[in-house]
Amino acid sequence: MHFEITITNTQERFACTAEQSLLSAMERLGRKGIPVGCRNGGCGVCKVRVCAGSYRTAKMSRAVLSAAEQADGCTLACKTFPDGAMAVEVTGAMVRAVTAPRPGAAPGFDFDFKRTLPQPPQET
Amino acid sequence: MAITGVLRPGHVQIRVLEMGPALKHYVDVLGLREVARDDKTDRVFLKAWDEHDHHSVVLREADEAGMDVMGWKVDSPATLQRLAAEIDQSGLCTELGWVDAGEQPGTGQMFRFTIPTGHVMEIYAERTRLGNNCGTAGEDVNPDPWPDGQRGISPSRFDHCLLYGDDLDGTVKLFTEVLGFGIAEQVMAGPDMIGAFLSCSNKAHDVAFIRQPVKGKFHHASFLLGSWEQVLRAGDILSRTKTSIDIGPTRHGITRGETIYFFDPSGNRNEVFAGGYSYYPDKPAITWHADDLGPAIFYHDRKLNEAFLSVFT
Repeated sequence: MHFEITITNTQERFACTAEQSLLSAMERLGRKGIPVGCRNGGCGVCKVRVCAGSYRTAKMSRAVLSAAEQADGCTLACKTFPDGAMAVEVTGAMVRAVTAPRPGAAPGFDFDFKRTLPQPPQET
Repeated sequence: MAITGVLRPGHVQIRVLEMGPALKHYVDVLGLREVARDDKTDRVFLKAWDEHDHHSVVLREADEAGMDVMGWKVDSPATLQRLAAEIDQSGLCTELGWVDAGEQPGTGQMFRFTIPTGHVMEIYAERTRLGNNCGTAGEDVNPDPWPDGQRGISPSRFDHCLLYGDDLDGTVKLFTEVLGFGIAEQVMAGPDMIGAFLSCSNKAHDVAFIRQPVKGKFHHASFLLGSWEQVLRAGDILSRTKTSIDIGPTRHGITRGETIYFFDPSGNRNEVFAGGYSYYPDKPAITWHADDLGPAIFYHDRKLNEAFLSVFT
């Protein structure tokens, strides 16, 4: 049984079974929209916010998906398996690659090596 | 003995999300051998076939992927004491301290410190030997060129790591001025160094750092193969086992290595590679301009892929 997955950023749609991860179904069909990184729940570039639909997940790295984010409906597409039709919004580190490709440059590629390090939130 | 001080990368401790799939990857696909377990710390210790010391890869089950620590073997207990004092005096490192012998099996006392890019490093002088099982008339006597019973890709050793962090200048200062490394290759954006490939030996790199606005991040751990044909065979094994491949087989401009990048089941990047060149301390440093980073990293594609800078753990 195939479920329809919609990427809200681009309105791209693709089919995914209950046993496939959202990311592998997209890749297998040669479709684009969700950035592909490690495919194994470690790097976080395929992070999406679920707008609609229910799903199951496998273990994902807490370094890239906090418990608060997960409770708020975020997940990694590579470790997310649909129970029905889903709509997801791409929010991961390479979201620029989806929404604002720069001509002449590899999409999403950031040459700004000298950016300052964002301050981590203070532990309380 | 021409190579003194820091001899080589001795270990890398990698965090994995689930030990079962991780061992299937590192033992069955990559082809390392399990040598010990520590159930108290959820760690498994592994070695590559041609490493004589007890272990080189440590897997620790955790909720986050990434690298806990990289370890370096030094030539003697006296060097260990001297370098520990010099690291302390340099003022470049934080969280310095001694780790008791036995924290890793078969391993003597270690000195642990956090470098300016946020990575935890350990130096140690003593580790039990297991040998490489090649001897035919006793260990290391009349040896065969390789042992029986190899599995998967079967690299000969853990070779180097590429790490991402912010204070590249501080880390390069530590490795060159305190730990005795040379700069084999550097990537420059105008006057600023953004990449450093550092050698403590005859290898083109023993560790590399790229400047990114993060602390303590892990790009890959790399393992040595003997030929380009073995890199292609690794690609076949990775596809057959449906392992997540990042890029390759291809060639790096930097270090000239022939390479394939892939991911363990927790998203930590691995590399197997062959080739490169011999580094000597009097070899001029190779410089790459940041504008030409494409062919520097992936020589055949001549451009970076999106994943090179964005995907790390």
